[in-house]
Amino acid sequence: MANRVLIADDQANLLISLEYLLQREGYEVSLARDGDQAMELIRQQQPDLVVIDATMPGQSGFELCQQVRADSGLRHIRIVMLSARARETDIAKGKALGADAYIVKPFSTGDLVNQVRQLLGADR
Amino acid sequence: MRPLDWRLFVGVAIVGLVCLLWLVVAGILLWAVLDPRDWQTVLEALGGKGGLLLFLWAGSLVPTAAALRHLIEHYLRAPAKLAEEARLLLETDAQRLPTPRGSAENRRLAEVIGQLVTQREALRAEMDQRVRAASRQTELEKNRLAALMSELTKSVVVCNLDGRILLYNNRARLQFRRLSRQPTPAGGAELMGLGRSIYTVLDRKLVNHALENVQRRLNRGAAAPSAEFVTATQSGKLLRVHMTPVRDVESDDHGARTTDAVTGFVLLIENITDDMQSHAEKNRILTKLTEGSRSALANARAAAEVLELPDIPGQLRERLLAVIREEVQGLSRRLDELQPTSGRALRSRWPLEDMLGEDLIEAAVQLLESELELAVDVERGDRDVWLRVESFTLLQAVLHLAGRLRQHCGVRTLTLRVGKQSGQGVLDLIWMPCDGANDKAQLGWDDEPIQVGFETLSLTVRDVLERHGGECWVEQEVDDARHRCLFRLLLPLAAAQEELPAATFMRHESRPEYYDFDLFRTTERTLSLDDSPLTELAYTVFDTETTGLNPAEGDEIIQIGAVRIVNGKVLRQEFFDQLVDPKRVIPAASIPIHGITPEIVKGQPTIETVLPTFHGFCEDTVLVAHNAAFDMRCLQLKEKLTGVRFDHPVLDTLLLSALVHENQDSHRLEAIAERFGLTIIGRHTAIGDAMVTAEILVKLIPLLAEKGIHTLGQARAATRKTYYARVNY
Repeated sequence: MANRVLIADDQANLLISLEYLLQREGYEVSLARDGDQAMELIRQQQPDLVVIDATMPGQSGFELCQQVRADSGLRHIRIVMLSARARETDIAKGKALGADAYIVKPFSTGDLVNQVRQLLGADR
Repeated sequence: MRPLDWRLFVGVAIVGLVCLLWLVVAGILLWAVLDPRDWQTVLEALGGKGGLLLFLWAGSLVPTAAALRHLIEHYLRAPAKLAEEARLLLETDAQRLPTPRGSAENRRLAEVIGQLVTQREALRAEMDQRVRAASRQTELEKNRLAALMSELTKSVVVCNLDGRILLYNNRARLQFRRLSRQPTPAGGAELMGLGRSIYTVLDRKLVNHALENVQRRLNRGAAAPSAEFVTATQSGKLLRVHMTPVRDVESDDHGARTTDAVTGFVLLIENITDDMQSHAEKNRILTKLTEGSRSALANARAAAEVLELPDIPGQLRERLLAVIREEVQGLSRRLDELQPTSGRALRSRWPLEDMLGEDLIEAAVQLLESELELAVDVERGDRDVWLRVESFTLLQAVLHLAGRLRQHCGVRTLTLRVGKQSGQGVLDLIWMPCDGANDKAQLGWDDEPIQVGFETLSLTVRDVLERHGGECWVEQEVDDARHRCLFRLLLPLAAAQEELPAATFMRHESRPEYYDFDLFRTTERTLSLDDSPLTELAYTVFDTETTGLNPAEGDEIIQIGAVRIVNGKVLRQEFFDQLVDPKRVIPAASIPIHGITPEIVKGQPTIETVLPTFHGFCEDTVLVAHNAAFDMRCLQLKEKLTGVRFDHPVLDTLLLSALVHENQDSHRLEAIAERFGLTIIGRHTAIGDAMVTAEILVKLIPLLAEKGIHTLGQARAATRKTYYARVNY
């Protein structure tokens, strides 16, 4: 069965590309436009991996991260955090709060796809 | 002609008596050894010539007197004269040599005394020269310091440990004038003046915190310890303050040596309000440029990379091209917008200073224990780590978080830890979560305004961390199989050790040498005011002009003038001179006395705004006025209206004068001024009268001391007596 991936970002222009790329990799992709919608979809769909933006309207990516890690039913979900904040402190915070990978925008889509593949591969 | 010496008479009388006695004894012996016939012959031979005998006796007295006189002159009067002359030389500065006279011994003595006088004069001249040279040097140093201070573009204030201002430059004066709520009457002199407390402008806690930091650094052996902090004034201005300690000097046989004991501090004060605003603006621009652009670039880059794929459907291709176009246009627009504003952004930073992690923890422990009564443990982390922090607000942030933990989670014990993590400094607040407590309660705490006690700051924990370029979050960790929660604060690390050990540049010669004044002598005013010597007190001498003599029946103040006395000197530069609109008619009869017409007071502030500023001007001083009862009544009648109480100790120069010169008829200001030889400039202007009254007080203080009145308490008690004495009379 195909792995399920949720992409949450308020940037519609990014969602177009990421959706296509990850579908092309053979994942089952769903999209969310803000933090609250993302949390709802995570609980509903229990995806294998989420790609979340750190700064979204509603709950931020950091908060999502903490919630996912605090919920024993969701703890297995892999988290890739995307962020426009590139300071060392932000990266440290993302990792400390439970992100498996922290990718600073702008990024190479190839790297992102590799990262996702690697994380899901490790899961198997 | 000199009166004859009594000793001469006595001498002559003795010699005469002895001769007479000899004559009588000789006669008796003759009479006894001769037979009566011979005796008869002798009597006959002398017969009738007894007068000749008496004449011979008297005649022999004349050379005797001459000889005696010479002897007295030579051996008695000459040494006595020399003694007198020597005493005169001893008691005065006369430089004459004693006249040599009398015996050879006496002449030699005069010569030796003469040599001693010459030697004394030489020594005295040398000493005078040295004193002159030393005071010229001091004067030179003072001038040099004054010139230097006035040239400085930063405000400089020197305080002793009590926070009393000992020295300030013109720049500081101007700066505090701008901070003053009502700049005209005192020109900021109610905030900045010799002997005033710096704590009216700067928060005492902040200054103490900085002093503690400095002391800690000193104890560790830092060579040039200093501290920096930023504070907001009541008028909302931001001041950056740099503190350098003034250290005590210990002198021994090998010269002077600086010790670790702090006797005061030098503050460099800078108004950074504008800097901070432009800094915030710059931050906003930078964030907009970096974080805003990152998203746009990410969108465009992802679209471009997808477009490079060989097999994408035509419809998606169009959408992706549209994405790239849109994002690139957006970026161009953003750049255009920022161009004009970004030039203004200046370089300025919230001042961070290097601090040893251990010191930070120590300060935090003290604060948490005293403010929140928490039990605080310190965990061995990497305590040698050097952080770059603004410790005051950082500690307030820690206090806030701990306070919330105590309040919401019932935490009574906290553990602190400092360390390093991937190139960042870390400060952890660790607590054991209790059952049932809401885990997420602490999520929003970093975004609330910081609360310290009952005070709420306009800062959030997040703001404080922004200043440090840091971060903060809540984490869980497992320690000995126990789950613990922790607030992790990421803080910048200091650049590799910058504080060199003291010995490397402990060269005192390189220090400017102009602070060898006695400025730091007057520390620690531990005595109560009543026990304070009159010579050491600070006074505000004031005078009011009024519409009439019955304040209780509606007469109002139309002018207040005041001047300060600190350390026995009238500070003519720090005065208060303000006209007041009385909001009533000024009786025509009074105008010739004070010369203030209704036109002059028109547009002047009213008593409600003047008195609070005047109250500030008088802070921490003894109030002095001539016939103070009247002026005090004028001030006190306004207490309800203005809300300021003048409950300072009060001295009255009229009563003090009566105490010193009890036999004089008049104790009017003019009469006293005349007695002391003071000229009054501007009699019956408030400031003119205040100046004279101040001069009079300065003259009265030593006279009071002669009467045994040394302290404020004694002066008040004594004037109370004269007052009653006069009333009873």
